[in-house]
Amino acid sequence: MIEERFAAGDSFVHGLDPRVKIIVAIIFSVVVAVSSNFSALLPALVVAVILILLAKLPMGKVFYRLLFVNGLILFLWFMLPFTFQGDTLFTIGPLVGTKEGVLYASQITVKSNTILLAMIALLATIPISTLGHAMRQLYVPDKVVHLFLFTYRYIHVIFQEYQRLINAMRIRGFIPKTNIHTYKSYAYLVGILLVRSYDRAERIHKAMLCRGFTGRYYTLSRFSVRTGDLVYLTVMLVAILGLVMLQWRVTI
Amino acid sequence: MESNNLIINLKHISFSYSGDKPVLDKLSFQLLRGDRIGLVGANGSGKTTLLHVIMGLLRPSSGTIELFGKTAHEEKDFQAIRKKIGLLFQDPDDQLFSPTVLEDVAFGPLNLGKSPEEARDIALQTLVRLDLSGFEHRITYKLSGGEKKLVSLATVLAMDPEVLLLDEPTNGLDDETEEKITDILKGLDLSCILISHNLDFLFETTNRIYAIANGKISLDETLVPHPHVHTHRFGRLPHEHKS
Repeated sequence: MIEERFAAGDSFVHGLDPRVKIIVAIIFSVVVAVSSNFSALLPALVVAVILILLAKLPMGKVFYRLLFVNGLILFLWFMLPFTFQGDTLFTIGPLVGTKEGVLYASQITVKSNTILLAMIALLATIPISTLGHAMRQLYVPDKVVHLFLFTYRYIHVIFQEYQRLINAMRIRGFIPKTNIHTYKSYAYLVGILLVRSYDRAERIHKAMLCRGFTGRYYTLSRFSVRTGDLVYLTVMLVAILGLVMLQWRVTI
Repeated sequence: MESNNLIINLKHISFSYSGDKPVLDKLSFQLLRGDRIGLVGANGSGKTTLLHVIMGLLRPSSGTIELFGKTAHEEKDFQAIRKKIGLLFQDPDDQLFSPTVLEDVAFGPLNLGKSPEEARDIALQTLVRLDLSGFEHRITYKLSGGEKKLVSLATVLAMDPEVLLLDEPTNGLDDETEEKITDILKGLDLSCILISHNLDFLFETTNRIYAIANGKISLDETLVPHPHVHTHRFGRLPHEHKS
């Protein structure tokens, strides 16, 4: 169900220490998210594209992912230019598009695509299990990491259970319609999924107890920071600093 | 009967799920070192419940549990026992919770206090032992049913238990995987209790078969395993013959 399309690879980016990538991804996205100046946003987009190119990911699949987000953004383009106060840029019948509205919509478009590209290049290139361990090593609370890893492990099992139930309904002639019977059946479906998930959680806990689990969770992974990681981290931090200076027009 | 050979000694165990009629009714049972016991019984007759009571996952309403010569009462007593008794669950999806096979097999050894390096070595050796080398970086949920079962067995064996409790280990597996599990179990020098509906499998792997019914283990009706050969169509599939 979760296909880690970008996790496998032997590019320079895939080989980096996952902790370095997480740190860079977080700082980069925060800076981009709070920037509003195009003289900072456009260079940020260029940086994100370079990151994608470095990761040597299949371009078709990357664009496919971007499509989803830009589908949502398209709606903003229908709304924002006409709802923002400001100088008139164009008119369509009674609708007045403002310059500020268009600029705001463009800003959101550039920001979202930049952040998404950076996330794909940096985070999607880490296998999910490794991501969990890297989070732990970055002092993310254990409970959050466990939730993350268990969700990853069991979402597939629960989805299979859901499909089994849906099939069981279908083979007995269930066709969803707008009526009480349909709502009731769906309510049962959700209810039984919850009950089964709870039961499964109990069984998993028991299985863990049988293997000596006492609440502490140990890990096998050891990450090591190499020279390449340090170089990458430095270059990225300098680039991000550059973006900050462009945004707030700081000059040295 | 030397007492130090007595590994599991259940005395008058009663257990019921929230007010229902008892699943186990003053059941007594003993497992001696070297015993390989098969357990048969109808669905809902309490086979799984019995194994869970032994592991301390369920607490009986009355009776005493003696494991390795010590009475086990509370969670602490059972925690010590779980290092020596391994339980293989019916559904491998319950057992395999880590993202990768290696991490899951190393989970037990890590809990036993091994260092990550030792745990990794133990895990890899166990995988080799079960003919699963090359599986260490596979994603657990992407394994096939048979592979999941074998990896689950590896997670239990990696803890080097003295006793193995197996809950329907061949349920829903193809002939090839079943044969593999049979071979593995025959090659282990462990005491074990095996739950199965597959008599052929029990004949191969155990030396005594007990029946559980009405909350009791019927010692009087102990079946004596005896292999015999006969032929008919579809004989390759596991099956039972009505007498």
